[in-house]
Amino acid sequence: MKPYLGCLATAVLAGSLLTVAGAEITGKVKLKGTPKPEVPIPLDVTCGAMHSGPITTRFYVVGADNGLGNVFVYIKSGAAKTPPTGEAPMLDQAGCLYEPYVMGIVTDQKLKIRNSDALMHNIHATPKNPLNKEFNFAQPIKGQVSEKSFPAPEVLVRMKCDVHPWMFAYIGVCDHPYFAVTDKDGNYKISNVPAGKYTVEAFHLKAGAKTADISVGADDKKTADFELEVPAAP
Amino acid sequence: MIRSTENRWLHRFAILTALATLFLICLGGLVTSKGVGMSVPDWPTTYGYSMFFFPFSKWVGGIFYEHSHRLVASMVGFLTVALAVWLWLQEPRRWLRWLGIVAVFGVVLQGVLGGLRVAWMKDELGIFHAALAQLFFVLVCAIALFTSRWWASAPKVPIRDGSGPRYMYQAVTAMIFLQLILGATMRHQHAGLAISDFPLAHGKIWPALDPDSIARYNQKRLETTALNPITAFQVGLQMAHRLAALLLVAGIIWQARLTIRHLGWSHPVARLSIAWVGLILGQAVLGAATIWTNKAADIATAHVAVGALSLLAGAMLVLVARRCFETSPVEAVAAAGARGRNEPANRPAQLPA
Repeated sequence: MKPYLGCLATAVLAGSLLTVAGAEITGKVKLKGTPKPEVPIPLDVTCGAMHSGPITTRFYVVGADNGLGNVFVYIKSGAAKTPPTGEAPMLDQAGCLYEPYVMGIVTDQKLKIRNSDALMHNIHATPKNPLNKEFNFAQPIKGQVSEKSFPAPEVLVRMKCDVHPWMFAYIGVCDHPYFAVTDKDGNYKISNVPAGKYTVEAFHLKAGAKTADISVGADDKKTADFELEVPAAP
Repeated sequence: MIRSTENRWLHRFAILTALATLFLICLGGLVTSKGVGMSVPDWPTTYGYSMFFFPFSKWVGGIFYEHSHRLVASMVGFLTVALAVWLWLQEPRRWLRWLGIVAVFGVVLQGVLGGLRVAWMKDELGIFHAALAQLFFVLVCAIALFTSRWWASAPKVPIRDGSGPRYMYQAVTAMIFLQLILGATMRHQHAGLAISDFPLAHGKIWPALDPDSIARYNQKRLETTALNPITAFQVGLQMAHRLAALLLVAGIIWQARLTIRHLGWSHPVARLSIAWVGLILGQAVLGAATIWTNKAADIATAHVAVGALSLLAGAMLVLVARRCFETSPVEAVAAAGARGRNEPANRPAQLPA
């Protein structure tokens, strides 16, 4: 009987370990101050025909309760290097715009880049970390998908299309999967975080960055809110 | 083979090559101003095609400008080779024949620099590409001047202490070239306007350059194209460009004053030096307009083109002064001056068209 009990106990322990998803860090990033209005983008005729109205820059996406979208929130320090899991994230080129505007991937994770337009785009990555190689290639065919990756962490790597100079987007590259991008109302959720002490940073292209130190235990649900400010005049 | 210094068609062909080069500089300026230099990722091919057979239907967006720039550059290359061959066959002056060969090396080097800038993805090469373009333009224009009928029979101009204006032309022309390198360095950082206001700089006479202020400058601007972040170096560079512009305006007005004092208002050299003043004043206005229009591509390109013409005017004055100015005793100058006042026919030289 005893050996069966031992096996059962081991199985229960292993099962419980597998089902432990880790901690969850959630929060909201708010914007203090009123940003300048976004600037209309002068699309060319072909790309302009793909949109029913004018297109503007996407620096300040401010939603309900001053929530700020497109903020890259990530564990800046304290997290162990963790290999990527799950599906490769996708950067799409649709209507001569990149979607999403801000996204995250793990180092060495495959990034899918798709051209959803029936015209030529070139994809030009301009990383600053010397370990990440600059690349520039063309996608002339609608539906074409290419895969690329970045070996070193970098927040944020800019992607651009030189054929359509108004097309640019940003990718946060971390050596772990503990990051998120705020939605249009400024909310974010980082899941499966192992127990530990971390520094979390909320980084926005124009409103700057703020950090918070946070400790989480297994299964904890912690909140970390941030308030970023519209930059004052120099 | 008959060689003659008088070959009207060769001279006209040199002028054609110079005009094509100016057009090429304008196209190159447009490519950089629009930020589309990397829209064709490969070189010497264009998206895998031989550049001469790249289908017109694919000339979309920024590709149109970059590919046109490559084609016009090829045309200038062919014109330069033809010019060199023509010079080699028909030009009696050996040094001028070799100048044609130098031009061929120049245009090949320029093409390779432009190509490597794309293939190696090195912004820095763009600075050398832009600077060499200016030198090549001056070289081709100089060949046009040397092949003109006027150059062969240029009359000497008696001038008291001709070294004064001569040194002034040389100094100011060298300064213009340095200023063009400054401008090319600013443009090829692909960071847009490091200072977005004028005549103030970020609201001050001298902008703050500490890291916090630089971060705020970057945060404040809402760029519609993928510009690199500005740095303290770039802000300093634009301030240096502004100060150099002031010095240049003063220097060119001063050279005109000096030239007029020596030659009077109606002398062709004086007219050229006055035209130089007009060019530099226009260039200053275009520089300010580049900032006021947030670096509108057409204005920024016009700024590049007039910069090239300003350098050319200076270089031509250097060459003409070297050819014509002859330091003479006071009496000879006085006599020439008296003749000049009494006789409208006293025109020391007709400058080439």
